[in-house]
Amino acid sequence: MTQRAAPGSATLPRRGSRWPDRLFRGTSGLAAWAMVAILIGLAAMLTLSSLPAFREFGVVEFVTGTTWDPVASVYGAMPYIAGTLFSSAIALVIATPIAILTAIYLAELAPPRIAAPLTFLIELIAAIPSVVIGLWGVFVLTPFLKVTIESWFVSNLGEIPIFSGPPLGVGLFAAGVILSIMILPTIVAISREVIRSVPDSQREAMLGLGATRWETTWKAVLPFARSGIFGAIILGLGRALGETMAVTMVIGNSPDLPDSIFDQSQTIASKIATTFNEATVGIQTSSLIALGLILLVITVLLNIAARALVAQASGRDEGGMR
Amino acid sequence: MSAAATPVVSGRLLRRTAADRRRAIVDRTMRTLCLIAAILGVIPLTAIIAYIVVNGIQALTVDFVTKPPTASGVNGGALNAILGTIQMVGLASIIAIPVGVLGGVFVHEFSDRRSARVIRFSADVFVGVPSILIGIFAFTILVLPFKQYNAFAGAVALAFLMIPVIMRSTEEILRLVPGSLREASLALGVPMWRTVASVILRTGLPGILTGVMLAVARAAGETAPLLFTALGSRLVNVGDFSKPMDALPLFIYNNARQPFEILNKQAWGAALVLLIFVLTVNILVRARTWRRRPS
Repeated sequence: MTQRAAPGSATLPRRGSRWPDRLFRGTSGLAAWAMVAILIGLAAMLTLSSLPAFREFGVVEFVTGTTWDPVASVYGAMPYIAGTLFSSAIALVIATPIAILTAIYLAELAPPRIAAPLTFLIELIAAIPSVVIGLWGVFVLTPFLKVTIESWFVSNLGEIPIFSGPPLGVGLFAAGVILSIMILPTIVAISREVIRSVPDSQREAMLGLGATRWETTWKAVLPFARSGIFGAIILGLGRALGETMAVTMVIGNSPDLPDSIFDQSQTIASKIATTFNEATVGIQTSSLIALGLILLVITVLLNIAARALVAQASGRDEGGMR
Repeated sequence: MSAAATPVVSGRLLRRTAADRRRAIVDRTMRTLCLIAAILGVIPLTAIIAYIVVNGIQALTVDFVTKPPTASGVNGGALNAILGTIQMVGLASIIAIPVGVLGGVFVHEFSDRRSARVIRFSADVFVGVPSILIGIFAFTILVLPFKQYNAFAGAVALAFLMIPVIMRSTEEILRLVPGSLREASLALGVPMWRTVASVILRTGLPGILTGVMLAVARAAGETAPLLFTALGSRLVNVGDFSKPMDALPLFIYNNARQPFEILNKQAWGAALVLLIFVLTVNILVRARTWRRRPS
């Protein structure tokens, strides 16, 4: 960060009234601290509203419970935590290798004439509304997955329990694929930036020793960028865990623990999206908000860790990237 | 690809060994893999846009943008959703732009280092909060007390999403405004508030607008914060923020779940309208920033 001149007008001679300055400073301060207040308010409200559920069932029992039954008034979060983690894990498995290779291509290999528009196109995916991607997922992607990848896995590797069928199209796997599309731009954009910030002396030294372009990238550039790329992946994971609409539309929304990656499932976010409005009893609403609190804690911690990693790697003390 | 694909060590002076050949093959393979990955990365975007355009264009009729929906979908449109999005995003902007811009000004111009860090940190954390939780928050503070789903709560939820984005981008832009401008203005005896308003903000205006437009585009496409606040409605609601209101994303979500093809078609149409808006904003904004920083 650049040093700026001493802030404020402390050294200005008094000239006329200074109340407009005070008013302006006060108003803008109010606006800035409103941001902090909103964050604290959100966290406090989620905590307060989930207390009844945690008190009724106990924190550990709520988190590990596998039954969610409004009729019996038993609420356990495990199926949704599992659905959230599994769908995000699938997304990471698909997106990470593609994203890192793409970032390498854009930062190291592609001529600028190609790199610039390609970067733009990939980042454009992040701008498409989640519900629009979900619409495409429901009517185009899931039928496609059902007859291609899913039926191939089920008929060839169906004996392995996690690949067992039937191929439904809609389910965990489809959610993972949709999420991988949605987090790809995040991982690519940040990895690319981190790779580009590796000092050129690293590359020159390696090339000077007679290494090929790939050896240079692999042995001199990537080790330098490793922690930043790791941060990019975690930021992507944070996005995947909290993503709501597209996942809700393709995951099938089944309240059971999934056995296979083709099973229908439900994430924390999609559970809240589909049932919050129908929750009539206080304890059900409270349990849903408790789910939300779990999600908030996970995503916030991941985001903080990821930002620290990225900021460290790209040598900036404040990362302003999304 | 450049001609550098041949191994670097194969000069006239060095003999090419089997190991060199292997290294050259690895080099070429991995570089090709990178290219393939990049192409793979663009395929979903192309596929999504192509399907939305092809399916959406059939639903885009005059009725679609001038009529409210009908129960069967026949002769119905999306007027309620289009007007709802305009109103809610408009109100959200009215709330979020002053708060975001002033907040950014405060962090850059007035605050001490520690406060700046706290505020910046809050904004960054808030950007990462899943939007569905922001919906729950707005529901609790603005729907529960009134026992009525209302468009105002929806607009506030959208404003919450926009504020940190606008605040952070404003601050980033203000950093680029040369300090000499500020000093010159202050040295002329211009009070701080006028310096900020007519020198600093004026200089940073194009950049701040960029951030605002991106935030507006993002808010227009958000569904999750509206589910428990504005709720959605089949009626055209103009100006009554105390009642439920529809929005294009809600319209897409609800119509995509219906078992009738005609309603699904309308979802595609609404998706196309939304996509055109969001992509136009993004492309315009990128084109601007490109011209300014050709890197």
